Amino acid sequence: MNVMDPRVTSAILYLDGVHVSFDGFHAINNLSLALEPGEMRAIIGPNGAGKTTMMDIITGKTKPDEGVVLFDGSTDLTRLDETRIAELGIGRKFQKPTVFESQTIEDNLLLALNVDHSVKGTLFWRGSKDESERIDRVLETIRLKDVRRKMAGSLSHGQKQWLEIGMLLAQDPKLLLVDEPVAGMTDVETHQTAELLKEINKEKTVMVVEHDMTFVRELGVKVTCLHEGTVLAEGSIDDVSSNERVIEVYLGR
Amino acid sequence: MQHILTRSLDRAATTFILVVAGLGILISLSNILLPAGSFFQVPTYLVALFGKYVCYAILALSIDLIWGYCGILSLGHGAFFALGGYAMGMYLMRQIGSRGVYGNPILPDFMVFLNYPKLPWYWHGFDMFWFAALMVLLVPGLLAFCFGWLAFRSRVTGVYLSIITQAMTYALLLAFFRNDFGFGGNNGLTDFKDILGFNVQADGTRVALFLLSCFSLILAFLICRAVVTSKLGKLLIAIRDAESRTRFLGYRVESYKLFVFTLSACMAGVAGALYVPQVGIINPSEFAPGNSIEAVIWVAVGGRGTLTGAALGAVVVNYAKTYFTSGPLAPYWLFMLGALFILVTLLLPKGIVGTFNAWWEPWKAQRISDADESAAREDGIEPKPNPAE
Repeated sequence: MNVMDPRVTSAILYLDGVHVSFDGFHAINNLSLALEPGEMRAIIGPNGAGKTTMMDIITGKTKPDEGVVLFDGSTDLTRLDETRIAELGIGRKFQKPTVFESQTIEDNLLLALNVDHSVKGTLFWRGSKDESERIDRVLETIRLKDVRRKMAGSLSHGQKQWLEIGMLLAQDPKLLLVDEPVAGMTDVETHQTAELLKEINKEKTVMVVEHDMTFVRELGVKVTCLHEGTVLAEGSIDDVSSNERVIEVYLGR
Repeated sequence: MQHILTRSLDRAATTFILVVAGLGILISLSNILLPAGSFFQVPTYLVALFGKYVCYAILALSIDLIWGYCGILSLGHGAFFALGGYAMGMYLMRQIGSRGVYGNPILPDFMVFLNYPKLPWYWHGFDMFWFAALMVLLVPGLLAFCFGWLAFRSRVTGVYLSIITQAMTYALLLAFFRNDFGFGGNNGLTDFKDILGFNVQADGTRVALFLLSCFSLILAFLICRAVVTSKLGKLLIAIRDAESRTRFLGYRVESYKLFVFTLSACMAGVAGALYVPQVGIINPSEFAPGNSIEAVIWVAVGGRGTLTGAALGAVVVNYAKTYFTSGPLAPYWLFMLGALFILVTLLLPKGIVGTFNAWWEPWKAQRISDADESAAREDGIEPKPNPAE
């Protein structure tokens, strides 16, 4: 593991020439992308553009066939597994909200805290004041403080999305990968989520995959459009949405 | 240490321990103090039978720990039980000494019969109780560790894991059936005489073994409670419900599975070791895949993920088995067991204790939240409506 390589790029996340194919299907094709520290980036693209596969590669779920994936300018992510990558400080929200349904909301956050994750550490764990304060802060941010002792499974779809974002906050990563955070949300909730992500972006680098264009517009950040596993266009939302090739891809030929 | 105890012992857990301890002491006292033939005297054969149920209850606990809490469905836990049993059986065989049929002071009867020139290396040390007791934990534990290390690292889960645990116990069944494997082949180990110098057939020894089994059940229960009420317990449930989520949170899932699987195998080994002196025999049929599946049914009937339910299920199903297989319905027992499993799956998917809890807990939770609200009002804080709702 060459975690101590000299920095080769200033980007917090750097993908270059990444290829992945599943049984001959090229899911990712010569994908290159760089995220600067503190940036928020929106990723759009039609179904099957490779958005989720890209997240799988960054988080170690899928190994690329070729290409470079660097975190913090020096760490080669292709050689690490999910656990190690999470420990380095990359948090991920799944497309389908994935929380621990049979446990309370506060326990969900407790499990997400980036404290001692060893078997011994969790077996002999005793809560600390610092930990409960952190949980309180996250509950405040995601507006679930009043239902903290409820089972996560009893939450509405939108609230589950928020709880999962809250789990990412408790994990305190440097980079957040957020896959479709507003799927199934009402307009009000979508608006609140945009505010929440902007708030989070004040401290952390964020990559958001989303279909909802109103939401992307509301974020007001640089947009990357993927198509057939490669970058089709990059720029402001207005530039990208007026790009002829993007229109062609979205509307069909 | 104290915080682990207070955390582990909620009302249900304390009740369970008191019931096991109370029944254990009552049954023992009634056997020893009351005259034989008295209506309230529990005859010794029943004490031994109850002792057997208690051993099964420990096995059920060990299965519930991994299946109910971590979602690992082992269909081969009978193998760990049987290995613990064999370790104890080897000690008991060595205690026979020259009182065997062939009078050989070192070699057990079956070895003389099969013309073994000398004691196989792996039988050394089993003349000492402490060594055998250590092996009761170590052999199942080590097998579970190696098996789990390979399986969990390769991310074998679900049905596939269940199938290879079945294969494991079947492979051991075939191996132990062989005469040249050195464990008495088909007949297994039997004709035990003494344990720690006491006659295994004597009433007093049987009562002592029964009490020891009850004590072990309580101890196993406490260990399981300490595990499931810790943060590690919450994590096990998290792994059961959303394994990949826990990986992306930075937990090394295979380490947790390996820990709990090995712990569970050690508990199953102890159950087997207590079982053997009480039934007086251990043979390869204990490795039969059917036994392991039966043990899973006990847990399903009692309610998985409840611990108390697992123990209760083991006793209830085995009592039913004893009752039915000793009457005219004996040939139909397996059909009844199958029907029981189907009925429980369809009508009581949470098992006996799980269903009871589902009915009881909303009421209890309501009481707690009422208490919370009144406490909040005393602090002058009105419960706010939730904006995200």
